[in-house]
Amino acid sequence: MDTPVKTPVLEGWFTLDEREPHLLGARCAACGTYYFPKAIKFCRHPDCAGESFEEVKLSRTGRIWSYTNAAYKPPEPYISNDPFVPYGIAAVELEQERMIVLGQVASGVGVEALKVGMRVELILEPLDDGKLSWKWKPLPENKP
Amino acid sequence: MNKDIAILGVGMHPWGKWGRNFVEYGVVAARAALADAGVNWRDVQFVSGAATMRNGYPGYVAGATFAQALGWQGAQVNTSYAACASGSQALAAARSKILSGECEVAMVIGADTTPKGFLAPQKGERPDDPDWVRFRVGITNPTYFALYARRRMALYGDTQDDFALVKVKNAEHGFDNPNARYRKKFSAQDVAASAMVADPLRLMDICATSDGAAALIVSSLDYARRIGKKDAPRVAAVSTVTPTFATDTVEMPDLATDSAVAAEPQRFRAALPRKAYEEAGIGPEDVSLAEVYDLSTALELDWMEDLQFCARGEAAKLVREGVTRIGGRLPVNPSGGLACFGEAVPAQALAQVCELTWQLRGQSGSRQVQGAKVGITANQGLFGHGSSVIVKR
Repeated sequence: MDTPVKTPVLEGWFTLDEREPHLLGARCAACGTYYFPKAIKFCRHPDCAGESFEEVKLSRTGRIWSYTNAAYKPPEPYISNDPFVPYGIAAVELEQERMIVLGQVASGVGVEALKVGMRVELILEPLDDGKLSWKWKPLPENKP
Repeated sequence: MNKDIAILGVGMHPWGKWGRNFVEYGVVAARAALADAGVNWRDVQFVSGAATMRNGYPGYVAGATFAQALGWQGAQVNTSYAACASGSQALAAARSKILSGECEVAMVIGADTTPKGFLAPQKGERPDDPDWVRFRVGITNPTYFALYARRRMALYGDTQDDFALVKVKNAEHGFDNPNARYRKKFSAQDVAASAMVADPLRLMDICATSDGAAALIVSSLDYARRIGKKDAPRVAAVSTVTPTFATDTVEMPDLATDSAVAAEPQRFRAALPRKAYEEAGIGPEDVSLAEVYDLSTALELDWMEDLQFCARGEAAKLVREGVTRIGGRLPVNPSGGLACFGEAVPAQALAQVCELTWQLRGQSGSRQVQGAKVGITANQGLFGHGSSVIVKR
């Protein structure tokens, strides 16, 4: 069944602007702490009793903190093609938010193309089941 | 006030993939610990069980389940669940009962039967469960171990060969251990030839899941003296602290760390032994041996630094120099560690204490660490759970 509208793998986790997508986080109105995912009711800072949050778009670029790949097909609920094609995974440090966010790496980018400290940007790409997900992609400046 | 308690006896059921009911393993370990302690089951006043989540209701109430299997005799009962630190939390409950004077002798026990294959989350469409979410977007347990390993390579220049050395060492340590599941020596070439799971980690860098059981009989020092065991090894610290906000490392099952805009980032793994050292009034320089949670080979190196055995980035050098081998200055995982056992969640933290006890009594045979006086454990699991236990003579 081909549908023209792409559905996100997780509803409300990121904007669907395919040109410049953002992860959707939350920010505590009292202490400024960011959260991802955004579903937060009580601020987790031990000295903050904040219960009011605004939805924020997280920075869409950051630096690779570390990276790996999935060389084996993950168990359900992950859905993958047969035969399984390995994919990269990056943990990316967002400077303004001072947090690290995980995500798959853009398809076709293997671990050999990645480096700790490399700048990456957020993109949207379908997973094997066609659902849209956020992924990290090295910025063109990294090309030799 | 002296906050030590005595370890009168320890027992285990060998680790494996036996496919039998977890209660069977638990009873074997319990009876071995009772015999080792020379304590009659009817004299045990408190049964503190570590829960298993994979074996239905009897697993959720493990303390009572084991007490019934051994024969109800009117003891008080408790069950603890703290992911991989469940055993330590059950031990902490027993220690509190003993130190408060509510009981003199307690049994601490954990056992598990694990399913075949990779660990997977519960079924269904459950976007509110972070454990389900991360699997949905393709993030498995080895992902996290591999991220930490790669970070070491980038920061400190560790290599995959260094990680392989940890496996080679642990395989050698566990070779003669009758309770270990994998008793086979491996070479660095064997590790390098195993399949890549999560780059840079290969199959032989990552631990399996196992069935197994471990039990301890612990008591007040006064009781130990009365039954002629005043020299029994003692538990000098049980640390089960939570992380402190903001966590600096992305931890299973989360997809992000805390944001550190309003609080300085903190390392959870380092906090666990810090509290244990403080409680025991000793430092890393006093430690003779350590049992650490080597979910991956590279993670053993992180633990060595978190235990303050060396500065950040120097652990691989210690392994290369043989410092952490039996016969070295500071043996790590003389039991063979998770590399030789595989993980039996509710039993694993107790198995670490069993090993320290045998080592401190000088009963470890070919894997004996000469002159062992102080041992420390370190372990970490999901959702902010972890532990560090110090055992001394």
